[in-house]
Amino acid sequence: MIRDWLTQLLQLILVLFLAPLLTGFTRKVKARLLRRRGPSPLQPYRDLLKLIRKESVVAENASWLFRSAPYVIFATTWVAAALVPTFASGLTFSAAADLIVIVALLGTARFFLALAGLDIGTSFGGIGSSREMMFASLAEPAMLMVVFTLSLFAGSTQLSFISAYMLGPHMGLSISLALALVALVIVSLAENARIPIDNPATHLELTMVHEAMILEYSGRHLAVIEAAASLKLLLYISLIACLFAPWGTAVAGGGAIAYGVGLVLYIVKLAAGGFLLVFFETALAKMRVFRVPEFLGVALMLGLLGAILLFVSRVPS
Amino acid sequence: MTLSIADPLFLSRLEASGVGLLLLLAAFGALVANRPYGGRVVYGACMLVCSALAAVGLFTLLQPSSTAAPIRLAVGLPLGQTLLGLDPLSAAFSVIVNITSALVSAGAIGYGAHARDPARVVPFYPAFIGGMNLVLLAQDAFSFLVGWEFMSLASWALVVSDDRSEGNRRAGLVYIIMAAGGALALLFAFGLLAGTDGGYGFAEMRQPAAFGSAAVVLVLALIGAGSKAGLVPLHAWLPLAHPAAPSHVSALMSGVMTKVAVYGFMRIVFDLAGPPSWWWSIPVLVVAGVTALLGVLHALMEHDLKRLLAYHTVENIGIIFIGLGLALAFEASGMGAAAALALVAAVFHVFNHSLFKSLLFLGSGAILNATGERDMEHLGGLIHRMPFTAVTFLVGCVAISALPPFNGFVSEWLTFQAILLSPQLPQWIPRLLVPAIGATLACSAALAAACFVKAFGSTFLGRPRSEPAIAARETDRWSRGAMLAFATLCLLAGVLPGWIIDVLGGVSDLLVHARLDSQGGQPWLRIAPISADRGAYNGLLVFVMIAVTAAATAYIARRVASHALRRSPAWDCGFPDPSPATQYTAGSFAQPIRRVFGSVVFRAREHVDVPNPGDTRPASLRVDLHDTVWEALYEPVIHVVDTLADRLTKLQFLTIRKYLMLVFVTLILLLIIIGVSR
Repeated sequence: MIRDWLTQLLQLILVLFLAPLLTGFTRKVKARLLRRRGPSPLQPYRDLLKLIRKESVVAENASWLFRSAPYVIFATTWVAAALVPTFASGLTFSAAADLIVIVALLGTARFFLALAGLDIGTSFGGIGSSREMMFASLAEPAMLMVVFTLSLFAGSTQLSFISAYMLGPHMGLSISLALALVALVIVSLAENARIPIDNPATHLELTMVHEAMILEYSGRHLAVIEAAASLKLLLYISLIACLFAPWGTAVAGGGAIAYGVGLVLYIVKLAAGGFLLVFFETALAKMRVFRVPEFLGVALMLGLLGAILLFVSRVPS
Repeated sequence: MTLSIADPLFLSRLEASGVGLLLLLAAFGALVANRPYGGRVVYGACMLVCSALAAVGLFTLLQPSSTAAPIRLAVGLPLGQTLLGLDPLSAAFSVIVNITSALVSAGAIGYGAHARDPARVVPFYPAFIGGMNLVLLAQDAFSFLVGWEFMSLASWALVVSDDRSEGNRRAGLVYIIMAAGGALALLFAFGLLAGTDGGYGFAEMRQPAAFGSAAVVLVLALIGAGSKAGLVPLHAWLPLAHPAAPSHVSALMSGVMTKVAVYGFMRIVFDLAGPPSWWWSIPVLVVAGVTALLGVLHALMEHDLKRLLAYHTVENIGIIFIGLGLALAFEASGMGAAAALALVAAVFHVFNHSLFKSLLFLGSGAILNATGERDMEHLGGLIHRMPFTAVTFLVGCVAISALPPFNGFVSEWLTFQAILLSPQLPQWIPRLLVPAIGATLACSAALAAACFVKAFGSTFLGRPRSEPAIAARETDRWSRGAMLAFATLCLLAGVLPGWIIDVLGGVSDLLVHARLDSQGGQPWLRIAPISADRGAYNGLLVFVMIAVTAAATAYIARRVASHALRRSPAWDCGFPDPSPATQYTAGSFAQPIRRVFGSVVFRAREHVDVPNPGDTRPASLRVDLHDTVWEALYEPVIHVVDTLADRLTKLQFLTIRKYLMLVFVTLILLLIIIGVSR
């Protein structure tokens, strides 16, 4: 009992402190792939510290919603990230929330981010919010279809159970699983504002979505939002790792060695995930905004196809 | 009629007396409506009576066995009796209807004072609530239909209470036609159920019917109750009529009356029509899925705040019927627990929707009062001027978008869990259909979030877009109290759902003969409807975690980070424009979604007119949207009726000779028919 709580607490802190490192790592790798030297992987920590120490400049007509939204976004993202098993499963809170809840928590974060984008009443904030909600209207159902597919395999929507099932002997290769993986990767790209959907590095007005919503933020508010964005990237890579590469994750009640191995393997998986993400990013070009719905529509259809295949192939006993 | 606690019919008698009181209040309202404080007294009395009715309903629901014989009143059809009583289904809906009505009436004490012509609102308001309660209480078809008509006519009177605008008059006309058609369908449904013996009591109707007539009953119930609830394609009146009424009445129509229609459907299909066949779920699920998606897309295209809310009711009705359709499929296949889960999800969503939709309509009423505007393109920045309304409206928006930790999420989560049980269905068609319905549900949930970002964002955030929006003032105390109560209930139902699921056990027992395991035994107040291994959710813990981490982050940021905060003009990439017209509007917010979905669903076309350089005429952008359902289904009917009516007017101006001739021909025809049929 105590150990479960400690694991959960450790996980809460671990994701918080690993997230900026992951972001820094991806930036470094991307720079190297582009034959630039790039900043140190620790740069995001420095950026966060710098932002926290600066004064916040807030628009004159900003409301309380603008100032409190970063904390809500950060809290919901953090809670969601803490619910995904990273190095050990059997988290205390995992019984409190299943995969659908994690998706919905990210939805709450997005809802408040989009509202914050509209609060000042500028055209950039509006364009970001509007496009973000358009993307979400396809990405979220696609994500839920992936959830459906996975939970039909495992007979559960609880992440720990799905992860354990994937490790188990019943699991072979399956078309539905492959479709779900592709759909999940597409959704992850969209949710994390990566190329080809959005460009995290640009501030070119007409092409930005996520950056446009947070354009008015500065100082500590921006730091909190940036931290939330890093957490979200970590969450999605952890989720893919936990669902499709669950090897080595320590189970509840495993010894200290299992936990240590789990931790090391988790960091390796994160690094691999980050590397793959950036590798594909450098090979792709950003899409026009109205090509994105088609791209996400593919994810939705793949997810639906995976689910339907399972619905049809499972003969009731 | 005497009241005594020892009487087993005591609770039913109390409810019946409550309905009587409401009808008396209607008469009283007609007398005092124009007196100062007359309206307030009536609304206050409505609030008290509804609270009492809700308490009685809840008490009935908590009784272990509440299937007492109904009260018999010696009025009604010749040689007939009126049967009134509460079983778990009517008790559950009575709680839902009366909690919401009580709170809306409380808000109306303040809000109703603004009515321009109180004599056209105050008397009908208690009659409307009384009619709805009579529908719930009825245990025979006659009193059911009497209550149904009371409800329809009183709400129609409220819709046309402000008949100065052409739009309201048209809304009233469409509404009364649809209501009459729906009631006719219900009348036939009851007629088929009663069979040839003519037993109009519900107890007599529960005898199993022949296959053919049960199918017809299902279709008639879908038409009759569905038209009142707003199922596509019978929803056409709803976005016209709901916004036309005063806002507290809109809250009741959208939040409560549609739920009475859901009750009617459940009563007929689950209770009276006998055991379902597996294919019954197919039309219900298809109609429900289309309703959910089309409702939210229409809501997204709407700029009128109250019409947006009304269209969104259509979406939620779709979600409720998805739950009901799943329950039918499961019950027909003998999957009791799954059927109970789907049914509880549907009734839970009924409760949730009545809470947040009423909250949002009261909020839109407050905005309408403060600014005189329903068009979101003329609002903006109200979060500064109406802070209290803004907070409660935000709660309603988050709850209706099915986001945790509020209540809307719980019922959608339950529906998703029910969908995930459907691979065990033995038939192929539902197994192919259900994942598509799941995708539709997921899609409509995501679109609902977009819709309410748009609604809240363009109404409360940004800069005010008109003079009235600048001059807006916070609404009155009573309305604020009612909205706060609704918002609190939204949160409570979201974090403590286990208790509500347990209370609804009686309903699923009655309708699908199964109930979910008691959630009271779950650790930490979590819910796990089938088993903790299949899926569990703990709203309280999620809420506490979000609250604690948000508070901790804010606290740490305050302690560690720089306190300095400077107000300055907006940055906006260095080119802020002082004119509020340069903001994103509701229309521009929805434009990407219109481009993605609208070209098919609404046949949306954009016409851009850019003048040549040197030409001084203004550029213009015109968007054509088509209500495809209206054009494909209603306009041909209207056309045929119009043409026929034109032709028939000739009959009005015939000579006496021709009239006599017509009478003679009719007589001959009738005689021939009788002769042949003998």
